Amino acid sequence: MRATCWNGTRNIQVERVPDPQIVNASDAIVKITSTAICGSDLHLYNGFIPTMKRGDIMGHEFMGEVVETGKGVKNLKVGDRVVVPFPIACGHCAQCEREMYSLCENSNPNAWMAEKMWGYSPCGIFGYSHMLGGYAGGQAEYARVPFADVNPLKVPEELDDEQVLFLSDIFPTGYMAAEACGIQPGDTVAVWGCGPVGQFAIKSAYMLGAERVIAIDRFPYRLRMAHDKAGADTINYEECDIFEALEEMTGGRGPDHCIDAVGLEGHAPGIHGAYDKMKTVMMMETDRPVALRQAILACRSGGTVSVAGVYGGFIDKFPMGAIVNRSLTIKSGQTHVQRYMRPLLKRIQDGEIDPSFVITHRINLSDAANGYEIFAKKQEECMKVVMKP
Amino acid sequence: MAERYAHDSSASASIEPLSIALGWFSLALGAAELIAPSRMARLIGAPDDESTRNTLRAFGAREIGAGIAILAQPDRARWLWSRVGGDALDLAWLGRRMADANSENDRLGMAAAAVAGVTALDVYAAQRLNRAGAQPAAKRRGVKVEQVVTINRSADDLYQYWRDFKNLPRFMRHLNAVEVIDQRRSRWTAAAPAGMSVRWDAEILQDREGEWIAWRSLPGSQVENSGSVRFTPAPGARGTEVRVQMEYLPPAGQMGRVLAMLFGEEPEQQIREDLRRFKQLMETGEIPLSDGPSMWRAAQPAKRAGQIREMAGVSE
Repeated sequence: MRATCWNGTRNIQVERVPDPQIVNASDAIVKITSTAICGSDLHLYNGFIPTMKRGDIMGHEFMGEVVETGKGVKNLKVGDRVVVPFPIACGHCAQCEREMYSLCENSNPNAWMAEKMWGYSPCGIFGYSHMLGGYAGGQAEYARVPFADVNPLKVPEELDDEQVLFLSDIFPTGYMAAEACGIQPGDTVAVWGCGPVGQFAIKSAYMLGAERVIAIDRFPYRLRMAHDKAGADTINYEECDIFEALEEMTGGRGPDHCIDAVGLEGHAPGIHGAYDKMKTVMMMETDRPVALRQAILACRSGGTVSVAGVYGGFIDKFPMGAIVNRSLTIKSGQTHVQRYMRPLLKRIQDGEIDPSFVITHRINLSDAANGYEIFAKKQEECMKVVMKP
Repeated sequence: MAERYAHDSSASASIEPLSIALGWFSLALGAAELIAPSRMARLIGAPDDESTRNTLRAFGAREIGAGIAILAQPDRARWLWSRVGGDALDLAWLGRRMADANSENDRLGMAAAAVAGVTALDVYAAQRLNRAGAQPAAKRRGVKVEQVVTINRSADDLYQYWRDFKNLPRFMRHLNAVEVIDQRRSRWTAAAPAGMSVRWDAEILQDREGEWIAWRSLPGSQVENSGSVRFTPAPGARGTEVRVQMEYLPPAGQMGRVLAMLFGEEPEQQIREDLRRFKQLMETGEIPLSDGPSMWRAAQPAKRAGQIREMAGVSE
């Protein structure tokens, strides 16, 4: 089959690889009909996440048709149309029972690597480094899906791929980030980063009752989408001081909650941005937490800072003093996608939201390398790339 | 938690990381002196002339020799003493350079202080190793390992599965087979490198249903070993805490070396992985396999599904 392979930093190629086969009795093989490039794939593309190996198949947002099931699979049959969540969950461990699926204790066969870095291991993730399992990803023609009874969500025929594909990651991810804020009537939520997760965080914050959402980015086309499609007020951080702008917009209180939908490759103008850029280049820091620092400082005392953006390792100049002295709550986590898929599918069916509004590029899987480049360089006003095998 | 112990002393094991670090330090310093003597000269504040560069190159060669010898193991203590000798040479040379008008004495002074610090470490490590007898470690070392995992099943279920010893090879990677001889005795076969295997007979010492099992090898076994597993309910219906303790006392000689390899450099990690597999098997009914176990291959499908199974050492 054809698959999108990681061959080094900023080196992605579509290659011929063997077709997947059933390895475990609980596996299913899915013939992929739609797959997307995630903003977090860019962290792999740019070489920020360790334990990648030449030839690794990328991709953790995909859906398709079940073409084969292992002998232990009971809930799925050949021909079922499914969306596959990016975290792999076993459904039986204590964390899965608590619906903390991305903390599954059994799905990462390379848990020892994650333990060395993070103390304990989270779940395995499709196409997202060996430390997170070493599972082949879904930017390919086929994928093997472990624990098939637990993970894939059957989707109704009347919804097309583009409407349900993002249940695999970015819609639940934006939603969980907003949910974590514990939004109360009258609340203002500020969202750093107007990529696809930021867009869904804005939409979700409104769904959960926010009075006002303020979106922060530096790309006019992204701010435009946040304003026109998601209904946010916007701030371009290259044109003003974010702290002052937010203070002004919130009557001097600061936003009640702040969502970081940027993650480890943040940018900032001036000395702060340059500082982290230099430290990461010198390998003295693994991540650039500019958005996170701003979110913490800007948040209203007693508010919540919800981190949806991916961080991989260690950061410095972390304003712990602000957190302690101003009673801030920090919430984070890889998305427990399985917990949100059904309720969010219902919102799509009810016409509350059509997640396809973020799609700007539709290409063939064979053009994946180009898709990555356009997305990474934010060319052609790229927001979301969906690929068809 | 793991503990390695040499028979006559535990000092040898505890000082090892330091001596290994010193070995690598030698290699790095040596390489820098050999490859970039001019920069090194500037760094330590000595005049960057031909004589300095030649001296530094010679010192570099000496460092690399010492580094290789220390890391190659057989007699670490002696080679650490050779480092101490080298340090003395370095200090003498730095002292002479300080008298040179072309030198920057501040920098030289700092370099000398650094060398003195390293000398102290070298002396300390060498002395500790001497006291420990500095025996080749693998031959005499016993291994004692303790690991614990919480499994989302009842103590009874877990006990029943474990008590049927022929199940153990399903999740203990290095066991080929356990044959049950009678109520008390069993015959264990473990894989060793190069297609070899080792075998021993074991007997159950204690057996409390749903609580714990203890066993040990019978006298006259190739491998003296003992182990126990304890099943304790975790608080608040969090499943069962499974605590495993194993101890190996490999005899000296060829078999000892084979066993050291067999149980690896990190026995605690191996028992940990075995327990992880026990948990996976008990909670999900299988040991999930990815496409790239332990980074041995890229995360893409294998031509043959069995290939990944073999690589990960998981039977069907």
